[in-house]
Amino acid sequence: MSTIISTNQLTKTFGAFTAVNAISLEVNKGEIFGFLGANGAGKTTALKMLTGLLTPSSGSAMVAGFDVWKQPEQVKKRIGYMSQKFSLYEDLTIRENIRLFGGIYGLSMSDIREKTSHLLQKLELEKEAGTLVKSLPLGWKQKLAFSVAMLHDPKIVFLDEPTSGVDPLTRRQFWELIYEAAHRGVTLMVTTHYMEEAEYCNRLSMMVDGSLVALDTPGALKTQYQAKNMDEVFRKIARG
Amino acid sequence: MTRFSAFVQKEFRHILRDRRTLMILFGMPVIQVLLFGYVLTNEIKNASIAVLDPAKTEESIALTNKLVSSGYFQLEQNLVSQEELDRSFRSGKIKMAIVFPSDFIVDPSKPSSIQLIGDASDPNTATSLIQYANAIIADFVQEKAQDTGMASNQLTIRTETRMRYNPEQKAVFNFVPGVMTLILMLVSAMMTSITIAREKELGTMEVLLVSPLKPVQIILGKTAPYLALTLLNALVVVLVGIYIFGMPLKGSILLLTAECVLYMFVALSLGIFISTKAKDQMTAMFISALGLMMPTMLLSGFIFPRESMPVPLQVIGSAIPATWFNPIIKGIMIKGTGLDVLWKQTAVLGGMAIFFLAVSLRNFKDRL
Amino acid sequence: MPVIEVQQLSKSYGPLQALENLSFQVEKGEIFGLIGPDGAGKTTLFRILATLLLPDQGSIQLCGLDGIKEYKKIRQMLGYMPGRFSLYQDLTVEENLEFFASVFGASIQKNYDLIAPIYTQIEPFKDRRAGALSGGMKQKLALCCALIHRPKVLLLDEPGTGVDPVSRQEFWEMLADLRRYGITMLVSTPNMDEAELCDRIALIQHGNIMAIDTPSGITNSFQHPLFAVRSDNMYTLIKELREMEGVKDCYAFGEYAHVKLEPSIAPTDTTAKIFQFLENNGHTQIDIKPTAPTIEDCFIELMKS
Repeated sequence: MSTIISTNQLTKTFGAFTAVNAISLEVNKGEIFGFLGANGAGKTTALKMLTGLLTPSSGSAMVAGFDVWKQPEQVKKRIGYMSQKFSLYEDLTIRENIRLFGGIYGLSMSDIREKTSHLLQKLELEKEAGTLVKSLPLGWKQKLAFSVAMLHDPKIVFLDEPTSGVDPLTRRQFWELIYEAAHRGVTLMVTTHYMEEAEYCNRLSMMVDGSLVALDTPGALKTQYQAKNMDEVFRKIARG
Repeated sequence: MTRFSAFVQKEFRHILRDRRTLMILFGMPVIQVLLFGYVLTNEIKNASIAVLDPAKTEESIALTNKLVSSGYFQLEQNLVSQEELDRSFRSGKIKMAIVFPSDFIVDPSKPSSIQLIGDASDPNTATSLIQYANAIIADFVQEKAQDTGMASNQLTIRTETRMRYNPEQKAVFNFVPGVMTLILMLVSAMMTSITIAREKELGTMEVLLVSPLKPVQIILGKTAPYLALTLLNALVVVLVGIYIFGMPLKGSILLLTAECVLYMFVALSLGIFISTKAKDQMTAMFISALGLMMPTMLLSGFIFPRESMPVPLQVIGSAIPATWFNPIIKGIMIKGTGLDVLWKQTAVLGGMAIFFLAVSLRNFKDRL
Repeated sequence: MPVIEVQQLSKSYGPLQALENLSFQVEKGEIFGLIGPDGAGKTTLFRILATLLLPDQGSIQLCGLDGIKEYKKIRQMLGYMPGRFSLYQDLTVEENLEFFASVFGASIQKNYDLIAPIYTQIEPFKDRRAGALSGGMKQKLALCCALIHRPKVLLLDEPGTGVDPVSRQEFWEMLADLRRYGITMLVSTPNMDEAELCDRIALIQHGNIMAIDTPSGITNSFQHPLFAVRSDNMYTLIKELREMEGVKDCYAFGEYAHVKLEPSIAPTDTTAKIFQFLENNGHTQIDIKPTAPTIEDCFIELMKS
């Protein structure tokens, strides 16, 4: 298995405050990797460094074969991003959104056309192509947002709380999309503070106050902390 | 009562802890008065004028006709005495008066002179009107010379310009009252609508509605602090006008305060009305800015003279509270006019207050 | 007599049917959970119960009072915590509590016993602005504010949103403790895990109640043998197991996939059969175990039926 993300003593400080404290980890190609932590634990800062939005204070990170510090533009071309809160323009139609994001990532018109029809077919949204995104049910929006984030065939897709608030059935359908992407060799980085979502990841890392305090498979973590679910693992780690 | 006072106390805390609100409340009025203290020139049409012409010579009548037919002026009144002229100015019916001498002739033997008197409580308009009049008179002399085959420098009409109320023609005399109408509207209406919308946005309105507080208490609790602060604000603007720009305060302070409170009531009820329609702060801000601020600035006669607006805009303008409040405040401060003249504007404002308060109370529901 | 009685309640916003013919009852001192995803109609139902919205049809009764005609009296008995913690962010912890106490005409001293177990946890921060509190502390303060007038009924709309698991568990412990005072609680959550902390639950989806029972009553009604299965390739595993004979459904469930069999299939030998099936399909690291159905399994089943 090849490594697609590796960080070495990655650190970010804001004045006297250390938001991310010397994190070292490796993520494999095709892995579904969970990035957990309470609000303010440093998840978002770490993620911004991995996506080239923030420059590390010290340490290094290689993402998809490029140094995020020296070649952030190369990194950005090879990653996709989807958040529950914002991913698609609600006042554009499905087709317009696909066209827009295809254009943003520099796909050719013929590429966009081809991908649009493929995507609409796969999601069974052909009839809805002209519908405004805001009038779609939440579950469809999420699936569409994920597919749009995958439009430029990124090597890594970052997902921010992708399934919070959706019904259990839609959540399953969404995870199947993620499984499929992983099956094709795409790496998925999931940040969440919903432990229900964490259970689906292959491996999990847990941050507390900027430091990495745990990194293992959900099963191993549950055994280690003698917990029946990830919620309990989280509580035991957070309480120290 | 503890319920209500707790509510008002909370409102004061919100205001005092929010730097942005404080800036809008106290920084903006002063900055605006200072900024607007510069002249804006305006094009004027159909300004009301009066003529005092004891001579009634062929030439004086011809000159009057030429002035009126220019399109800039509209003859409101033919005056018979100096006292009548004073009365017309005080009532605000006329913007300029032309006084002919009793022996007015246009003749090479002797230069004649005309008095042009402007109402400089609105200095922009006054200056422009006098300029137009001067140009038309010069043109009149030229034509006359051509008709009689004389060289144009042989005939002269000297004009003597006088300004009423604001002899130095300070633009600030126009803008201080204008800014006051704007600020009182802004603070009272916009701030109340935003503060109510904020409670909706935060979800605290749901809890307040479920509480034993009555809707009237919520509304009054929200508005009372702003009423107090706005009065303070009006005072600041007036003081800046008087002490920095040397504005007079000729009329009654009591009347000025009472009129301010009346105008604030109109603005506050408008604010509550907006808040019944707006779900969040952004919407409240937009409606206030577009629906109140812009018309107040553009259509009330604060910057652009109402006389030169197309009729539809004038009609819209007369639905704006500031249009009625502006003459009141100018009248009281600059001319020293009293209720005997301002009763009409006051009555209109009173009517507006009652109307908007009734409408907004009707619309403020104790459900979502 | 039930404290909350809802009968054939319907509410729609234009073409969107938010609630459809809902009926249920909540007894005194009960913790009643409304479990359902975003957009299921939970908030609409809470607003109707809080007398903030009028239903299109149907009736509600709270403490024997008519929810539409006697809404003013009902409001005195309600403690309501809307979805977003309704606190004044620019007021301190103490100022918030004092404000809500005086608005409801209650005295903090007189009712201190009720909030003490909760308030003592945030009291060290009483001079801090509410906006600077963590999600968990905001939630506790909001609960104190909702309790300060000793309500008979507590309506908590998604109190767990934006709160870390530690605080969430503490919160549920506090609710359990409040039962001593005979307070009736209606709590909503999209989180199926929290269902088990309620005395009774209603599973709600698209404005309909799919089932009402105790949590164990609901899981006991699950008729299918259920297995948790995993292997090295979850994507193909789910697809392949769906095609296997005797399998009713297969879906991702955390680290495992849940395999739901036809009720008629005897669970004996099933483990071996599934193992054989997966091995033939080239899976490695296969792990199979029988598992007890959760609320989430039941929810999926009800959604599909």
